[in-house]
Amino acid sequence: MNAVFYLSAFVAVIATIMVITRVNAVHALLYFIVSLLSVAVIFFVLGAPFIAALEVIIYAGAIMVLFVFVIMLLNIGSEAAEKEKQLLSPQAWTGPASLAAVLLGELIYVLVKGGSGAGGIGIIGPRQVGVSLLTKYVIGVELASMLLLAGLVGAYHLGRRYRKERRRTA
Amino acid sequence: MTASVNLDHALILAAALFTLGLLGVLARRNIIFILLSIEVMLNAAGLAFVVAGAKWGETDGQVMFIFILAMAAAEVSVGLALMLRMYHMLKTLDADAAGSMKG
Repeated sequence: MNAVFYLSAFVAVIATIMVITRVNAVHALLYFIVSLLSVAVIFFVLGAPFIAALEVIIYAGAIMVLFVFVIMLLNIGSEAAEKEKQLLSPQAWTGPASLAAVLLGELIYVLVKGGSGAGGIGIIGPRQVGVSLLTKYVIGVELASMLLLAGLVGAYHLGRRYRKERRRTA
Repeated sequence: MTASVNLDHALILAAALFTLGLLGVLARRNIIFILLSIEVMLNAAGLAFVVAGAKWGETDGQVMFIFILAMAAAEVSVGLALMLRMYHMLKTLDADAAGSMKG
């Protein structure tokens, strides 16, 4: 498990360095998804399987899809098709793919070994987290729901047609 | 399974990821990359929370990570909406282009 931890830590750092040095935003997103996946492996090794699943589903799934949508929304134009062609070229995806292959190797290793995941540390499962979340931290859950509502309203307000505002200021 | 993961090293990893995110915010001027770097930093903070929770064998760290996740989702939705609005108004994603106020 130690080797799994250090390998995925290495992958996470490499992928994050690639995120902040890329020129193309979509390439940076690909690397960031790899970074999130390797952090999810680290969570699994640290005995937090529920958090590992949330990291993959919400972070690498939902939030990154939001990013991809907005980036795709921004370059509607003649260069979009060229970008698409460029994305299919090997040099765009070999980097993230090879880093992700390392993570896949770790996953297969853990599955074959049949370990429960935690490297010498106790596993804290979803049941305990859920009980703690809905008893001790229930006010935090309420506050998080209000924050999400505020985020929803804010995003809707900012994202509506901007033509109206121009008329108001003119 | 025999050797346990050194939690100090996990904290060092969290610090390294946070530093990388901070460097990204400071060095990049494209607003997409600034948002991505903020995500990197939030993720590193969550990693530190989970490591601390694993250290004490408590659920608090994981609960805190769930709150960070909710906060990151809200922040990203508002941030991306602001980014779209800025692109429509200024036709650029350069953060420095929005550096001056009216009046």
